[in-house]
Amino acid sequence: MRSISFGQATVEATASAMRGDEAVIVTGEDIGWGGNFGQFKGLLEEFGPERVVDMPISEALILGSAVGAAVTGLRPVASLSFVEFTMGAMDEIINQAAKFRYMFGGQVSVPMVIRASDGVLRSSGAQHSESFEAFFSHMPGLKVVAPSNPADAKGLLRSAIDDDDPVIYLENKKITFRRGPVAEEDYWTPLGKASVARTGGDISLITYSVMTQHALEAAKILSEEHEIDAEVIDLRSLVPLDMATVLDSVAKTRRVVVCHEAWTFGGFGAEISSQINECLFGELDAPVLRVGAKSSPIPFSPPLERAVVPEVSEVVQAALKTLSRHPG
Amino acid sequence: MTFDVENRNDNLEAYRKLLLIRCFEETLEALFAEGKIPGFVHTYIGEEAIAVGVCSNLRTDDYITSTHRGHGHAIAKGIDLNGLMAEVFGKATGICKGRGGSMHVADFSKGILGANGIVAAGTVIAAGAGLSIRRRQTDQVVTCFFGDGGINKGTVHEAMNFCSVKKLPVVFVCENNQYAQFTSRERTTSVSDLSARGVAHGIPAVTVDGNNLIEVIGETGNAIDKARAGLGPTLVVAETYRFGGHYVGDPQAYRSPEEVGDRRLKDPIPMYEAYLESQGLVDSGYFEKEKEAVQELVAAAVSYAETSEYPNPESATDYVFADSMQDHQ
Ligand SMILES: Cc1ncc(C[n+]2csc(CCOP(=O)(O)OP(=O)(O)O)c2C)c(N)n1
Ligand SMILES: [Mg+2]
Repeated sequence: MRSISFGQATVEATASAMRGDEAVIVTGEDIGWGGNFGQFKGLLEEFGPERVVDMPISEALILGSAVGAAVTGLRPVASLSFVEFTMGAMDEIINQAAKFRYMFGGQVSVPMVIRASDGVLRSSGAQHSESFEAFFSHMPGLKVVAPSNPADAKGLLRSAIDDDDPVIYLENKKITFRRGPVAEEDYWTPLGKASVARTGGDISLITYSVMTQHALEAAKILSEEHEIDAEVIDLRSLVPLDMATVLDSVAKTRRVVVCHEAWTFGGFGAEISSQINECLFGELDAPVLRVGAKSSPIPFSPPLERAVVPEVSEVVQAALKTLSRHPG
Repeated sequence: MTFDVENRNDNLEAYRKLLLIRCFEETLEALFAEGKIPGFVHTYIGEEAIAVGVCSNLRTDDYITSTHRGHGHAIAKGIDLNGLMAEVFGKATGICKGRGGSMHVADFSKGILGANGIVAAGTVIAAGAGLSIRRRQTDQVVTCFFGDGGINKGTVHEAMNFCSVKKLPVVFVCENNQYAQFTSRERTTSVSDLSARGVAHGIPAVTVDGNNLIEVIGETGNAIDKARAGLGPTLVVAETYRFGGHYVGDPQAYRSPEEVGDRRLKDPIPMYEAYLESQGLVDSGYFEKEKEAVQELVAAAVSYAETSEYPNPESATDYVFADSMQDHQ
């Protein structure tokens, strides 16, 4: 199969959705020229400025107008490049997009996608490096997806565009340029279906987005250096959440490390950990551990950045710690 | 223009709408005092001519976005009165099935894209509806209502700039009732002539007497016609006054009873009655008959709401998502 980048994979999903449905439009800052990560390349040329709309630097407008367009017959895909910029439009996400359907008694759906790049990339500093999936997942009415590879990037974006609810589509900066095998034809990766990225019997590493790549590397080290066979579950979608796949894995391995690049404290991992405890408390051989960022804004200086953000070695360490607590 | 000033029926329909809003909200005040209405209620009493004037020029398939003070806009745009009343009561038969309440009434089938508890949130939503109209190539128009307090929100400026640059069919209607909650306009707002805010974005702006129905109909009619013809947005500043408190029960320590008394002399309803009489459009006794008829409609809505059931608690998480993934967590 041919290999294309994560960014290109999202262009394919968008273009094919736009060819199939006249109601799909793309809006955002600086998208006409192709986007910071090539995620809109060629769309303006193919679909014209009526459907690929370069917006003013007005984040509330970008997302508020997406809500207005979505409830009057369009399917907007609105992009805010860096996820930090959603903070200037949090009202539109939380108070409008997420609530319209419920608050108005199911009269309307809000079929829109909010695309935003998150995560740490080479000293981008405190305001261009973060991961906010915990905020978004906390809010009823929003769906949240965070693909880890180009194939899922394409399939999940297509499902997100075709979905009738607002979907936050988080694309990690470190992996948007990474290439991987992607089928040429259209396909839909269902929202709410985790994938088993690696099978193993000794420990479950539950993760998503860029940390899936880290967890796979950690699993390799665990296997080669410690003879530990780790299973890696890539959630792909946080809301809806495929807890069944997580619980199946944990019931088998009885040991878990949940990993994400976002802050550990109050992070999405806490939700996973809690649900595992609620369902499988007696089956566990060790407490559920979490690996995530330390509680600080993401620093600029490279050694500081490395100190705050979780690395592959921390996943390995957490796994070993979990295994050493095995009573046998 | 939808409203024809010369047409007797158009005038009488507008008159009935004024009365309906007034009667609906005076009834709510009483019901609230009796403890029958949960939550808060913001009334539009004194400002009715703006909503009625604007909506007299709108078609059913045109859109409005509304505010926390939204009953008047919704009634003027044709919301079902029973469904509205039941919603304010929190009943299952409410237009939003009891999920919204007074501050979140909507009827998408009538182009009412929601009252909104977030000040000036409707402006950017209206911009999106405008974009959607452009994309779908229809001749619909969007009107967004917001207040003199709301005009200081960034969303108003973001929306005005965008609608101006794209010439979208959006009419901005600023209801200047002189107060934002408990703070008078001049204490928080850099210009006394709010139309200056439109000028800043290249949007033509007009100021109207918001209590004079005929004037509101005329000026907003022009703005709506222009928008429909593809000539872009207009800002209409409607000068008015909120007769009641910010919410029902507001002790109003921030203004004097004399000030309110003075302003009540310019009540839009008697003003319009005088106009109808001067034009010879009504017979003697017409106003009284209409008031009775409207009272009956509102009483019927109250009884509909009172006899309706509350929503089943087991349905509390229905309508969060379009598909049935309520149990996903
Ligand atoms: C974003 C936001 N900030 C503050 C409030 C609290 N609040 C509710 S109504 C209101 C005053 C709004 O004044 P104005 O826009 O003039 O409308 P009016 O109440 O006069 O109709 C405020 C501050 C809110 N609902 N939303
Ligand atoms: Mg006001």
